[in-house]
Amino acid sequence: MNKRTLFYLMPLAVFVLLGALLAIGLTLDPRKLPSPLVGRDAPEFALPELKEPERIVGTEQLRGDVVLFNVWASWCVSCRAEHPVLQALADRHGVPVVGLNYKDKRADALQYLNRLGDPYGWNAHDLDGRVGIDWGVYGTPETFIVDRQGRIRYKHVGPISWQQAEKEILPLIRQIRSEG
Amino acid sequence: MKRVLYVASLWLLGGWLAFAGASFSPVEFDDPVLQQRYQALLHELRCTVCMNQSLADSGAGLASDLRREVYNQVSAGASEREVIDFMVSRYGEFVLYRPPLRPATYLLWGAPFTLLLIGMIVLYRSARSSRAAPAEAADPTASDRARRLLQQGDDR
Repeated sequence: MNKRTLFYLMPLAVFVLLGALLAIGLTLDPRKLPSPLVGRDAPEFALPELKEPERIVGTEQLRGDVVLFNVWASWCVSCRAEHPVLQALADRHGVPVVGLNYKDKRADALQYLNRLGDPYGWNAHDLDGRVGIDWGVYGTPETFIVDRQGRIRYKHVGPISWQQAEKEILPLIRQIRSEG
Repeated sequence: MKRVLYVASLWLLGGWLAFAGASFSPVEFDDPVLQQRYQALLHELRCTVCMNQSLADSGAGLASDLRREVYNQVSAGASEREVIDFMVSRYGEFVLYRPPLRPATYLLWGAPFTLLLIGMIVLYRSARSSRAAPAEAADPTASDRARRLLQQGDDR
């Protein structure tokens, strides 16, 4: 191949390189940030429970079982979309689901649960979002899996789809449970 | 005309700067050192919901929560390093507008300089070949003809 042919092949090479970069870059979700919390102990908190404000719930109640910790709010539209999935995980698969009600008015949150059903074992009421900051919450809904030792094993940002629940979350919960 | 354009652009720039100044968060410190630390931190930290805005620029709810958090920590005497560590341990290194130099970020930091180097090599080579080209192209009969034509022009 002489120099001239090489020269005319340059645009093709650039095209292929650019195509490869875009193919990788555009399939990444820019909203998915790797959480530094995965693998670490769940951030400590103690907050009033949503339905029974005199009861305090928090990190202590997270230990002992593999739980799904879901951050939600009544003003959050994608939380509504996710709600039936959480309900099914709790009802049909016996997954303990607990919640952090994030920057929400108590009355609004209770109405939301009355209307859509309540998959949560308990809900911590994080009115000012301070606990949310400790958990690195930046977009509701967010879902964490916390193991028996109270360590965060998984984080998902955005609504959980049926497919993700079946293909990702349930197998992972089963695996963590089998660790003993 | 040039002068008018110059004055107009200065005026536009001034207006823009005034606007940028007005969008700062309203928090005031008594101590100018703390005030400066607070402002510097707001520009160093990214708002995680809005991606391409710093905490200082963003109007998002989370950004204002984080501004309040930074304010509380700075007024409690936290150093810049401590506040940054606090944010990184919760939101990851993504919150930093100036990513640290580590193996994972070598490409990020190195790419602009590599591209600059490639550009300089290409520029150097093309400049050299274009200077060499006219000498190559000159052929004796053509230059003789050119000289003749020029001389005819002088006679006229």
